Amino acid sequence: MVIEMSLVNKSFKEHLNKTLGKDIRYDMRKKDAFRDIKVELGVATKAEGSCRVTMGNTVVIAGTKLSIEKPYPDRPEEGSFSVNTELLPLSSPDFESGPPSIDAIEISRVADRTLREGRAVDFKKLLITSGEKAWTIFIDVVSINDDGNLLDASELAALGALLDTKFPKVDKNGIIDYKTPGEKRLEVDSMPVLVTVCKQGSNLFVDPLRAEEEFIEGRLSIGFLDDGTICALQKGGDAPLTTEEIKAMCALAAPKAVELRKLFNKGDKGATKKKR
Amino acid sequence: MAYTKRHDGRKFDETREITAKVGVIKNADGSAYFKIGSTEAYAAVYGPRELYPSFLKDPSRGVIRCYYNMLPFSGMGERVRPGPSRRSKEISYVTEKALQPVINLEDFPNTVVDVYIELTETDAGSRCAGICAAAMALADAGIPMRDIVTAVSAGKVGKNILIDLDYSEEAIDDEPVADMPVAMLPRTKEVVLLQMDGQLSEKELADALVMVQKAIDKIANIQREALKAKFADGDRNVIGE
Repeated sequence: MVIEMSLVNKSFKEHLNKTLGKDIRYDMRKKDAFRDIKVELGVATKAEGSCRVTMGNTVVIAGTKLSIEKPYPDRPEEGSFSVNTELLPLSSPDFESGPPSIDAIEISRVADRTLREGRAVDFKKLLITSGEKAWTIFIDVVSINDDGNLLDASELAALGALLDTKFPKVDKNGIIDYKTPGEKRLEVDSMPVLVTVCKQGSNLFVDPLRAEEEFIEGRLSIGFLDDGTICALQKGGDAPLTTEEIKAMCALAAPKAVELRKLFNKGDKGATKKKR
Repeated sequence: MAYTKRHDGRKFDETREITAKVGVIKNADGSAYFKIGSTEAYAAVYGPRELYPSFLKDPSRGVIRCYYNMLPFSGMGERVRPGPSRRSKEISYVTEKALQPVINLEDFPNTVVDVYIELTETDAGSRCAGICAAAMALADAGIPMRDIVTAVSAGKVGKNILIDLDYSEEAIDDEPVADMPVAMLPRTKEVVLLQMDGQLSEKELADALVMVQKAIDKIANIQREALKAKFADGDRNVIGE
């Protein structure tokens, strides 16, 4: 049984490689094409901000919750955020209940790194009282259906949730009144976007399907700022990458980041916004 | 001040607005979405599939496992910490008991049917919404069932019996409040889940159950229509609008 499976995998891999060489993907896309993407803000009204990203059949939801915490001793003038990802067993037969898997941890860490190093939120603006009180933003991303590329989808959803976030009211005793939605919106200073490029043989492509992810030799996730500056990197997969490949991957990813960021533009094909 | 008019203008026996869809999670063998007011549940069914660890296997029939979970950002107040809590474990357990009576897994010995319920938004009545979604997901997965399972909460605020309390009604503190989630088999009106927080007289309990039966009929119809709609036009049942 084990031998049979590896034979199937081997021929599938060969097939994938051959068709990729002709710029045809498993779902007929070209190598540099993302699937259809939909970005919706305000989808979970009990969260301070939320965003659902639908990338082909992949669906993730991110939501933010705010709380007031004591700043870290070495950063008394700053608040903070953290990204946490749950790969829900609801979203795939491959995910199990229990503590976060290494895949979930990687997604959390890479999305966190992209937003943090991209300075999406100025932590100083989250300060309430120096050394005493500052806002902490919990960004939770959950998978609803996994059909590949959870990395890019999760980071995009996390960014969307930040863009949608409003501060809750705080009463005179400093207690958060979650029931009364405040008017003050979280300032998002930059829009760091993550694009993962996959390597299979000599082929490079973006937005892998789940079926393609099984056979990827290597990948590089690249976080981009609005001006094209790189703000985060994560190499994944087993195969090493050459310097030439890394350059080619960046060149392929950069225009894709611009495309993804446009999804948040209001009007035309931009993000849809639910009433709150 | 007596609570004689509901804050959202509903009649005492009226549920909040309901949206139900089937087949919303492509990877699952069966799935559903059930929204009542701003309580929103997704359910996915995987199975019958191999059950591990092996000592849990039942050679006479398949088993069902339910997992109820509130997502970290789903609540009105502070973030809900991920992972099972005492509350979520108890709700998972009573949900399992509510669904078990209708499903027939004798043809699937040694297997498991896993039912995952995730709440993206909660405004009271989340276990009931979860059960409604889970029953639809089981039917969508083609699991043999005697009936659909339908749940709704009833309760008392002051002197009045109401259906489908929302959080602000549950939280009224200047009048006595009772909250009673009920799950029923709509065809026979047998009760498969019954819990209550608060205080009710025997008569009030009987009155509440009569009111529940009426609401159950209405909700069961919405569940059935959603299941039928999937087969009328599969492509329309995507997540979101």
